Amino acid sequence: MPVWRPDPTFYPSPRLAMEAPREGLAYVALLRTGGRPDGFAVVDVDPRSATYGRVVHTLDFPYTGDEVHHFGWNACSSALCPFAPHPHVERRYLLVPGLRSSRIYILDTKPNPAEPRLVKVIEPEEVLRRAGYSRLHTVHCGPDGIYVSALGGRGEGGQDGDGPGGILILDHDSFEVLGRWEVDRGPQVYAYDFWWHLGYDTVVTSEWGAPSLFEGGLDLDDVVSRRYGHRLHFWDLRRRRHVQEVDLGDQHQMVLELRPAHDPSKAYGFVGVVVSVEDLSGSVWVWYRDGDRWAVRKVIEIPAEPVEDKDALPDILKPLGAVPPLITDINLSLDDRFLYVSCWGTGELRQYDVSDPFHPKLTGSVRLGGVVRRAAHPAAGPLTGGPQMVEVSRDGRRVYVTNSLYSTWDDQFYPGLRGWLVKLDADPAGGLAVDPGFFVEFGESRPHQVRLQGGDSSSDSFCFPS
Amino acid sequence: MHDHLQQAMSAAHGGSPWPWLALILLGAYHGLNPAMGWLFAVALGMHARSGRRVIWALLPIGLGHAASVGLVLALLWGAQAVLPARPVRYGVAALLVGYGLFHLIRSRHAGGRVGMQVGFRDLALWSFLMATAHGAGLMLAPLLWWQGDGVTIVAHGERVAVSAREGTASLAGAVSGVHAAGLAAPASSTSAPGIFNLALTTALHASSMLLVAGAVAWLVYHRLGLLFLRRAWVNLDLVWALALVASGMAVALTG
Repeated sequence: MPVWRPDPTFYPSPRLAMEAPREGLAYVALLRTGGRPDGFAVVDVDPRSATYGRVVHTLDFPYTGDEVHHFGWNACSSALCPFAPHPHVERRYLLVPGLRSSRIYILDTKPNPAEPRLVKVIEPEEVLRRAGYSRLHTVHCGPDGIYVSALGGRGEGGQDGDGPGGILILDHDSFEVLGRWEVDRGPQVYAYDFWWHLGYDTVVTSEWGAPSLFEGGLDLDDVVSRRYGHRLHFWDLRRRRHVQEVDLGDQHQMVLELRPAHDPSKAYGFVGVVVSVEDLSGSVWVWYRDGDRWAVRKVIEIPAEPVEDKDALPDILKPLGAVPPLITDINLSLDDRFLYVSCWGTGELRQYDVSDPFHPKLTGSVRLGGVVRRAAHPAAGPLTGGPQMVEVSRDGRRVYVTNSLYSTWDDQFYPGLRGWLVKLDADPAGGLAVDPGFFVEFGESRPHQVRLQGGDSSSDSFCFPS
Repeated sequence: MHDHLQQAMSAAHGGSPWPWLALILLGAYHGLNPAMGWLFAVALGMHARSGRRVIWALLPIGLGHAASVGLVLALLWGAQAVLPARPVRYGVAALLVGYGLFHLIRSRHAGGRVGMQVGFRDLALWSFLMATAHGAGLMLAPLLWWQGDGVTIVAHGERVAVSAREGTASLAGAVSGVHAAGLAAPASSTSAPGIFNLALTTALHASSMLLVAGAVAWLVYHRLGLLFLRRAWVNLDLVWALALVASGMAVALTG
């Protein structure tokens, strides 16, 4: 059915999106091990509701071994972009890719947003055949299609192997896999996250590593030998060509989440680096326009925490004798003011004021879990895991955090991990506090990305400045 | 040139003013559609934080629109000139209805590989492609068959329209020199007045489009702001598709 007015959850600018009504539901991807299929949970986050803070619906996917991680909407505010305007579509379908299986589930959040239904499955064979990619990760609703990043691809022999990862495109309406996005990938091989500066026709991609490096678990030797990704890639969004490679230095292993400024007239963004092999620190870098080139600068460095009692460490960390912060996710509020940094290893979530992106100021910190610390939540006691996926509400007041990273890595760092989702309250003037009344326990299910009904701080991109 | 202008003016005054009015109104309607360019101009102005950039962007957008509409009108006019009238008329009618239905069923968005970093040529090309993909020129097709003051007679069981004052009575006559539908192509169809009037038609339509697009862009940029987009952006694509169907019906039924 055609719609008469633009979807009310589409916003021309990030500023207008911040004035959106508060989210009522949170969607959570649930990873499961032990031969159980992954799932998808709907959490009530409307404080006026009788079921506030509880899982109101759970859906089990039909296959096992998907490893559902990041997911995204079929359409969002980018539909208002003036060069390809088509705002009379709906933010309705959630595309949930499997990082291990390369399968894509499509969930329909209509007619009942609290009970999404599985309406379509795109099989990995189709993805590989049409795009040459596998190991699907990030989903972004683009101005002209749905973009999905892939960590693996068809290798030299034509078989699915350690060929270069990249981005594939899906049709907005039919969800048909249209093919690979890149026309010229230049020197890029590794992939992970991607996002863009719509105002500058620029795509940015980051590097985790080849699937063979991470699927079986983390081998410290690979890190020490600097085998993981350590670069950023900049692309021409219009011509789909690689423009520039920026190397952060191979001591900076695993360059993951990309958070470009939401304001499309700003040409900078933040990226988190998991670990430095030199001192086990984690870091956040800012990329920015320097003349007609892109440049990077390290703006945040979080040191590893030494440990007295080595027996308290899991086997993987025993040789190191310290807990690295492991910056696995970051998130930027829609006004580009606050950057949230997850330290999954040490169990800390930090809030920085990045009004001046080159000089972040630490304005808040909460402790939850951690490899050694196991910091408690008021409603639950000591926690396993640590802040990992972090999502910020559109108005910037609420921050939702889950604790699972990746199945085989969870087992190494947090054997026996029990899943949780917590909510933090962010002070608009700076400051972060745990909401003692909100704790969602997932038990053996491991929650990964959270998406908020109607959009959040990492779901939409905008074509109009604030 | 003077003669041509007089002829055109006489078409407007001496003949029926309705085709000209329709031409201007359709221009205004195209200008109103955010997909035809005013929205792009506003966005570029906001990026540059400059009201002048809004106006500057509208010029190539108007040019691209004019080029697309002019090209389509010229093609239709050429088809009228060299092909049998009836098949052309029903062919064009079918094309319009089909195109409208296609837009209704599959609301694809054009745009191609364009982004926010655009120069004069990019914008003109973008506008040309948007207007062409949306069938902006096609929508004007009924004006070529408009028999304002023409006498409609029924002969041999068919409706055949004959222009009473050929070349001046109506836009259709003025532009195409079509004497009578159902007859073979007229010899005068590629005459200078025809070309001149084709250019005039295009210019008039594009000016009207540009004026309205400029007014809307100015209002949104300086007065209304972006919230306007969320509230007032009705699904013009839907209306547009219906307009194409209506145009097709008009071509088939009038004339």
